[in-house]
Amino acid sequence: MSSVLGRIGIWSIVLLAAIAAMVGAKDAAFAAHMTIVALVAFGLLAFTAFRYDPLISAQSIFRMPQGPSRYDDDPVRWGVIATIFWGMAGFLVGVIIATQMVFPQLNFEPYLNFGRLRPLHTSAVIFAFGGNALLATSFYVVQRTCRTQLAFPALARFVFWGYQLFIVLAASGYLLGVTQSKEYAEPEWYVDLWLTIVWVAYFIVFVGTIVKRHEPHIYVANWFYLAFIITIAMLHIVNNLAMPVSLLGSRSYSAFAGVQDALTQWWYAHNAVGFFLTAGFLAMMYYFVPKQAQRPVYSYRLSIIHFWSLIFLYIWAGPHHLHYTALPDWAQTLGMVFSVMLWMPSWGGMINGLMTLNGAWDKVRTDPIIRMMVMALAFYGMSTFEGPMMSIKAVNSLSHYTDWTIGHVHSGALGWNGMITFACIYYLVPRLWQRERMFSMRMINWHFWLASAGIVFYAASMWVAGITQGLMWREYGADGYLVNSFADTVAALKPMYALRVLGGLLYLSGAIVLVYNVWMTILGRVRNEAPMILTPHDPSADRPLTAVPAE
Amino acid sequence: MTTAPKEAYSRHKRLERNVTLMAVATLVTVAIGGLVQITPLFYLDNTIEQVEGVRPYTPLEQAGRDIYIREGCYTCHSQMIRPFRDEVERYGHYSLAAESMFDHPFQWGSKRTGPDLARVGGRYSDAWHVQHLADPQSVVPESIMPQYGFLADAPLKVADPAATLTALRRVGVPYSDTDIAKAADDLVAQADPNADAGDLAARYPKVQIRDFDGDPGRVTEMDALVAYLQMLGTLVDVKSAAAQQELAEETGR
Repeated sequence: MSSVLGRIGIWSIVLLAAIAAMVGAKDAAFAAHMTIVALVAFGLLAFTAFRYDPLISAQSIFRMPQGPSRYDDDPVRWGVIATIFWGMAGFLVGVIIATQMVFPQLNFEPYLNFGRLRPLHTSAVIFAFGGNALLATSFYVVQRTCRTQLAFPALARFVFWGYQLFIVLAASGYLLGVTQSKEYAEPEWYVDLWLTIVWVAYFIVFVGTIVKRHEPHIYVANWFYLAFIITIAMLHIVNNLAMPVSLLGSRSYSAFAGVQDALTQWWYAHNAVGFFLTAGFLAMMYYFVPKQAQRPVYSYRLSIIHFWSLIFLYIWAGPHHLHYTALPDWAQTLGMVFSVMLWMPSWGGMINGLMTLNGAWDKVRTDPIIRMMVMALAFYGMSTFEGPMMSIKAVNSLSHYTDWTIGHVHSGALGWNGMITFACIYYLVPRLWQRERMFSMRMINWHFWLASAGIVFYAASMWVAGITQGLMWREYGADGYLVNSFADTVAALKPMYALRVLGGLLYLSGAIVLVYNVWMTILGRVRNEAPMILTPHDPSADRPLTAVPAE
Repeated sequence: MTTAPKEAYSRHKRLERNVTLMAVATLVTVAIGGLVQITPLFYLDNTIEQVEGVRPYTPLEQAGRDIYIREGCYTCHSQMIRPFRDEVERYGHYSLAAESMFDHPFQWGSKRTGPDLARVGGRYSDAWHVQHLADPQSVVPESIMPQYGFLADAPLKVADPAATLTALRRVGVPYSDTDIAKAADDLVAQADPNADAGDLAARYPKVQIRDFDGDPGRVTEMDALVAYLQMLGTLVDVKSAAAQQELAEETGR
């Protein structure tokens, strides 16, 4: 492999040197000669590269099983690796920007300032970490529940690699200042067009696989995946309608302005939460929780009711991000009412997941993967209660613009999306790499507790920060004047921001344990460790009670 | 008693066996909410009404706005004052829908790590802004804002000011042909006290023409950003009698 790379490198250098000489040539003959040299170098470069398949070398690095298998799992394996890689990147940037809010000296202008890193963090965790988890699990689940291989295997690979290109373009764009400033839809017009192509291909692969299924019914997890794919397409296209300044420039201007732009954006952003981070992840829950617990889904009827009510109600909730703004009052109230109603279908999903454990609750004690799933569902339930509460206008008048919102988002993202994804990775890796089990079950347990403790620090510090901020902003003294300047409220939050960094570090260290555990599993190692639960035999206690005569 | 619901669920089996039906039913279900909420905003009076004083951005202000977006200022600063006593006292009159009618995209924001900027124009001097952007902690010790000194060293480069205005006109901002033809000249003239601004002030009422960054020799990104910050919230005279009358009639908030 290295000899091939070396030859490619040499020919590339020759090619570049020839082109440079060609451009700088003082006379036409020299330029013509250099053109010939460049063409020959290019030909040899292409010849070397075409005989070399980088994918096969990479697959051997990651020890992927070779040869035909029952299901088409290569894109799933790549998806799992990409999920972990982007997850680490996203968590790390999160810890960095959290630290910047304690020590502003850690901003390095212009590329590493908070304003440019923040969209990098949000996109990395939502679209790169979460998106790859959804791609990988949807390809895994749809094959198993349809008892067929992926339709259009080449297109499935295009979806995976095309999506990675989207992530790289988006992420590098943020650092360079390429953004259209719509939260969670920051990439510019050409990147949006590329994602649209990839997404249509994703839809074709997913639906194509369902069409060639060998099961009469479409399993409930696939309803959620389908709703996620369709709705994200609708949201992405409408919210990103924009007019480029030039076809050779990155800048574009949104098709909408002001209040219309604001509602379109929050209709998009709220349902990116609703369909990317909720419907898609519920689909993961509907397959992996029953499999890991080895119990059937609790209620078929509940899944029908909560699926249709969830997708119908979620779309209406966007205006709760715009309470008391210049958006008309009726739209705000409509958004609030639907947000409160949304509480019930959300809990329908939580109940259906948790009750699936009926008869298997002992596994919460013995199986750290099940424990992660239960914790994920508990956080899902908690944040889908907190969300409707914060959408009530009276509450929102205090919580909006504060860190309470940040805390709310993270209890959902770290608790629900993160935990369920980790659990799915622990389920998938031994099966995809044909290993007996994960390298270490005890490390999964460590990951569980590190992540849980991290979330507690994160959520609690942001609740306190948000409510402090909200109350200080509106505090009036007996003299009838505002008590606090804005700078006072910033200073008051410093300890809370520091606690948040601690929470983020704990969560990140849990993820590092995951990386090590997965890597060892891929290498085929099994850690020799004591089982999680021991029931030791105590011979001295193993006897009938005998009467002891009174003294 | 139990037969009726059972039948309903058995009808659901049709959807479960047909992916086309399932996909169409899903799309219809998720399309309704957005249609009902967003479409009326393009027709209702109080979301499309004109308020006196609101005008498109000058090329320099628009360039500053593009820098504001590029640097992600919206991640920490809102531009939307809510109608509460404390916010109105702290930041000024609550924001009107019309004030962002030419904002492609809107910059209302969602988080106040720093204060609201909807009416920051004219509250501080240009020199304060330049100093604060270069080293925020030197003027506000508690601040956790990053430093933006590089803006003062970066010459303002707008690939094609006329193309920028043309793109904005295509999405509905009423720039005139003259505005577009003179865009490149306007861009420089607004930040250069020695240049002839021509009819800039007539085409863009209340425009502020001066050197913003303290370096009259050249036009920098700092000029553009400060020009943008200094005009925020200054276009509508919320204290005038006519404006008060208009606000009194505003319903829905």
